[in-house]
Amino acid sequence: MYEILSKQDVAPVSKLFVVSAPEIARKAKPGQFLIVRTDAEGERIPLTIADFDREAGTVTMVFQEVGKTTKQMGKMEAGDVLSDVVGPLGLPSEIEYYGTVLCVGGGVGIAPVYPIARALKAAGNYVISIIGARNVNLLFWEDKMRSVSDELIVCTDDGSYARKALVTEPMKELLGSVRRIDRIWAIGPAIMMKFCTLTSKPFNVPTIVSLNSVMVDGTGMCGACRVEVGGQTRFVCVHGPEFDGHQVNWDLLLSRQRMYLTEEKRATEEYDHECTCGTRAV
Amino acid sequence: MSENMARPTKTQVRQEMPTQDPQVRNTNYNEVALGYTDELALAEASRCIQCKKPRCVTGCPVEVRIPEFIKALREGDMWGAVDALKDKNNLPAVCGRVCPQETQCEELCVLARKGAPVAIGRLERYVADWERQQGIKIPERAISCGRSIAIIGAGPAGLTCAGDLAKMGYQVTILEALHSPGGVLIYGIPEFRLPKDVVRAEVEYVKSLGVEIKLNSVVGKLYTIEELLAEGYDGIFLGTGAGLPMFMDIPGENCNGVYSANEFLTRVNLMKAYRFPEFDTPVKVGKVVAVVGAGNVAMDASRCAKRLGAEEVHIIYRRSREEVPARAEEVHHAEEEGIIFDFLTNPVEIHGGEGNWVTGIRCMRMALGEPDASGRRRPVAIEGSEFDMDCQTVIMALGTRPNPLVFSDAPRLERTRYGTVVANEQTGRTKMECVWAGGDIVTGAATVISAMGAGKRAAADMHAYLCSDRSEPWWQEPAA
Ligand SMILES: Cc1cc2nc3c(=O)[nH]c(=O)nc-3n(C[C@H](O)[C@H](O)[C@H](O)COP(=O)(O)OP(=O)(O)OC[C@H]3O[C@@H](n4cnc5c(N)ncnc54)[C@H](O)[C@@H]3O)c2cc1C
Ligand SMILES: Cc1cc2nc3c(=O)[nH]c(=O)nc-3n(C[C@H](O)[C@H](O)[C@H](O)COP(=O)(O)OP(=O)(O)OC[C@H]3O[C@@H](n4cnc5c(N)ncnc54)[C@H](O)[C@@H]3O)c2cc1C
Ligand code: SF4
Ligand code: SF4
Ligand code: FES
Repeated sequence: MYEILSKQDVAPVSKLFVVSAPEIARKAKPGQFLIVRTDAEGERIPLTIADFDREAGTVTMVFQEVGKTTKQMGKMEAGDVLSDVVGPLGLPSEIEYYGTVLCVGGGVGIAPVYPIARALKAAGNYVISIIGARNVNLLFWEDKMRSVSDELIVCTDDGSYARKALVTEPMKELLGSVRRIDRIWAIGPAIMMKFCTLTSKPFNVPTIVSLNSVMVDGTGMCGACRVEVGGQTRFVCVHGPEFDGHQVNWDLLLSRQRMYLTEEKRATEEYDHECTCGTRAV
Repeated sequence: MSENMARPTKTQVRQEMPTQDPQVRNTNYNEVALGYTDELALAEASRCIQCKKPRCVTGCPVEVRIPEFIKALREGDMWGAVDALKDKNNLPAVCGRVCPQETQCEELCVLARKGAPVAIGRLERYVADWERQQGIKIPERAISCGRSIAIIGAGPAGLTCAGDLAKMGYQVTILEALHSPGGVLIYGIPEFRLPKDVVRAEVEYVKSLGVEIKLNSVVGKLYTIEELLAEGYDGIFLGTGAGLPMFMDIPGENCNGVYSANEFLTRVNLMKAYRFPEFDTPVKVGKVVAVVGAGNVAMDASRCAKRLGAEEVHIIYRRSREEVPARAEEVHHAEEEGIIFDFLTNPVEIHGGEGNWVTGIRCMRMALGEPDASGRRRPVAIEGSEFDMDCQTVIMALGTRPNPLVFSDAPRLERTRYGTVVANEQTGRTKMECVWAGGDIVTGAATVISAMGAGKRAAADMHAYLCSDRSEPWWQEPAA
C-alpha cells in the first residue's frame, strides 16, 4: 500500500499526488515512470515520475483526468492509499552537457519535462523551455518551470492565457533564428510530439520524445507497448520511454493508442453513472 | 469416506475424471475438470499394483513417492497420503492439475504398456484437494539460523525454494515484480484450468512458513543483484522465469488486434478482463481468432478467446498433430470445446485495414522434411500455397525467453545465446558466487514441476554451501 501524503489541484482537471514510496524515491531518475493501480479491480496505468525526494522518501505524479482510472484517482485524497506503485521503470533521460537545450512540455507533459529541465540545467546547459496547453485550465507549473529555465515561453492554443499559439510556433521561431539549439526534449500528447519532431526535422536538431503507448506490466513481458522506431519494433517500457523522435512511426503509435476506445468510453460512462448514483464510491 | 468404500475392488479400467459439459464450459470460467469423487479415487487407486521398483517415480522430476501415497489413500489414511506426497512436492494441488503426466510419471507406469497407466496426476489432485478442505497443516520450522536469502520471482521455482529454505530456518524474502504472487500460475494459466484459490492457498502456505513476499519489486530496477548482496543477503535465488514474448517478425504484426499470448493471458487472468467492466482492464476479441503455435500457452489462449465470445478460434501450427507440444488433456479439451486445428500451416503476413485493425492473416501450407536438431521433422513451406483467412484477432503463442531486465548491472552472470542463465543443473549455482538460479530462467520455457524441482535442489545446495567452510571452489564445470 502506498499512501498519498498530499494532493494538489495543479489545474482544474490535473491533479498532483505526493506518494510515500521510499525505495522508489531512492532510485528514481528523470525520464522514468511508474505503474499505478488504485485498487484490487483497478487497471495498471503508467504515469511519469514528475518529481522525487530521496530524503523524504516520496515520488510525485501529475495526472490529467481523462478516463475511468484517472477520474477515480482524482477523487482520492491525502491519507488514501494506492494499492500498487511500481517503479522506477524505463530508462532515465540522457542528461549531459549539450550546450543550449530546448524543453517543450504540452499539457500534462509539462510534469515529466520539469525534472528533465532541472537536471539539464544542473548539468550546465542553457535551458530554454516552452510550455503550452489547449487552454488555461490545463496549464500548470509555470513558476516551477521558470525556476529551472534560463528562458520560458508560455502559450495556449486558444489564447486564454499568455501567447495564443501552438508550442510548435515558438519552437520554429527559435530554430529559425541565429541561435544554436543543440538538443530538444518534447513531451506531451502523441500528436503534439509528432508535430514537434516535424518542426525540428528540417533544422536537424536531435529531438527526444517520451512515448505514451498503452501498457500492462511495464517490464517487457507483454508487448502491449510496442512501437516502431527506425523501422524496428521496440517496447516503450524497457527500451524507452524516450526515443529519437525523428525515427518514430507516429501513425502506428496514434492508432495503437486508440485500440480500446470503445471499452474506455464504456468504463468511463459507467463510472460517471455510478458516481452520480453513488453505487461504488471512489 | 463411507465404510463400504474402504475395501476397494480391483478394476482394470482407468477412471475418467468428470468434466463440465464442453458446450457449457466454453462460456464460463469455472474449472473444467471436476476432480474425482471418493468412489472414483478409490477405484483408480486400487489399480496400482504397488511395484517393488516403481518406474513411475523415475518419471517424476521430483520423485514423488507415488506407490506410498496411493497405498495410504487406498487404506483410508488420508493424512498419510498427504505426508507421502508433500515429502517431495510442495504444490501437489497445482501439479496434479497441470503436470504433463503422459510424458512423465504416467508414461513410465507399468500399466502404461497396456495403454492405461494409473491416473497418478488425478489422484495427486484428489489428495491435495482433500487436504485443502481440512485446512492446511503448518509444518514445524527449524530454529532460525540467522542467515537471510533473497528470492527473485514468486513463480513455482521461487516459491518452492523459499518454502524449503524457510523450513530449514532461513529468513527468506521474495521479491516479485507483479502485484500478485504465483508467476505463470497466476498470470498465465487460466482460472478454468487452475483455480486461483488453489494458487493462493499454496502461496499462503509458503507465507505461513515465515516467508516475506514483497510485491511490486522489479529487480534490475528497484534493486540490482549486486545491491542485494551488498545489503547483506547471504544468498540469492533467481527464479524469474521466461517471460519475454516472441514475435515472428512478419509484416503487420503491430496491427491493432495482434497480441502476444503473454499480453492476452495477462489481461484475461491477472487483470480479470473477462469480468470487464467490473474489473477495469479491457481485452478485445473478434469473431474469428487465429492463435499461432500449439503449446500449452496456445491452448490456454484459444480456450480463453472462445470463452470471451469468439465464434471461431483457429490454432495455426506449422508442424503436424504428432509434434504438438501441449499436454494431451489440454488438446483434447480444446477440441471438445470446438477449437479448430490448422496443422502444417504457417503465417507469413498479417493484413491490416481501417484504423490499423487486423482484417486477416496470410498463411502457407507446410510439409515435413528431414529431422532437425530437436529430432522433430523440420517443416518446409510449400511454394505457391499461400492463402488468406479472415480474422479480427491474432494471438502469437510462439514461446518465450528470459526477460533480461533482472540482469542489469550483473555482468558476472553468464548467459547463453538464448538468454538463459548458465547454471549447474544439479545445484543451481550460476557463475556468480552466492547466486543460484532455477526454473524457466535456466531451462527456457519448461514445466511447473521441473521449475519446482530446480527450486528444491537449489535450496538444498544453498544450505550445504552456506553452512560449509567454503573451501571448495564455487564453480566446477559440470561433467560433460
Ligand atoms: C510512459 C507513460 C507515461 C505517462 N505519464 C503520464 C503522466 O505523467 N500524466 C498523465 O496524466 N498521463 C500519463 N500517461 C498517460 C496515462 O497512462 C493515461 O492517461 C491513463 O492510462 C489513462 O487511463 P484512464 O483509465 O483514466 O483513461 P482511459 O479512458 O482508460 O484512457 C484514455 C486514454 O489513455 C490511454 N491509455 C489508457 N489505458 C492506458 C494504459 N494502460 N497505458 C497507457 N495509456 C493508456 C489511451 O490512449 C486512452 O485512449 C503516460 C503514459 C505512458 C505510457
Ligand atoms: C500460459 C501457460 C500455460 C502453461 N501450462 C503449463 C502446464 O499445463 N503444465 C506445466 O507443467 N507447465 C505449464 N506452463 C509452463 C510453466 O508455467 C512454467 O514452466 C513455470 O511456471 C516456470 O516457473 P518459474 O518459477 O521458473 O517462472 P514463472 O512462473 O515465470 O515465475 C517467474 C516470476 O518471476 C517474476 N519476475 C520476473 N522478472 C522479475 C524481476 N526482474 N524482478 C522480480 N520478479 C520478477 C515474474 O513476475 C513471475 O512472477 C505454462 C506456461 C504458460 C505461460
Ligand atoms: S508431480 Fe507431476 S510428474 Fe510428479 S508424480 Fe505428480 S503429477 Fe506426476
Ligand atoms: S508404476 Fe504404476 S502400478 Fe507401479 S507403482 Fe507406479 S503407479 Fe503403481
Ligand atoms: S508494457 Fe508490457 S511489455 Fe511494455
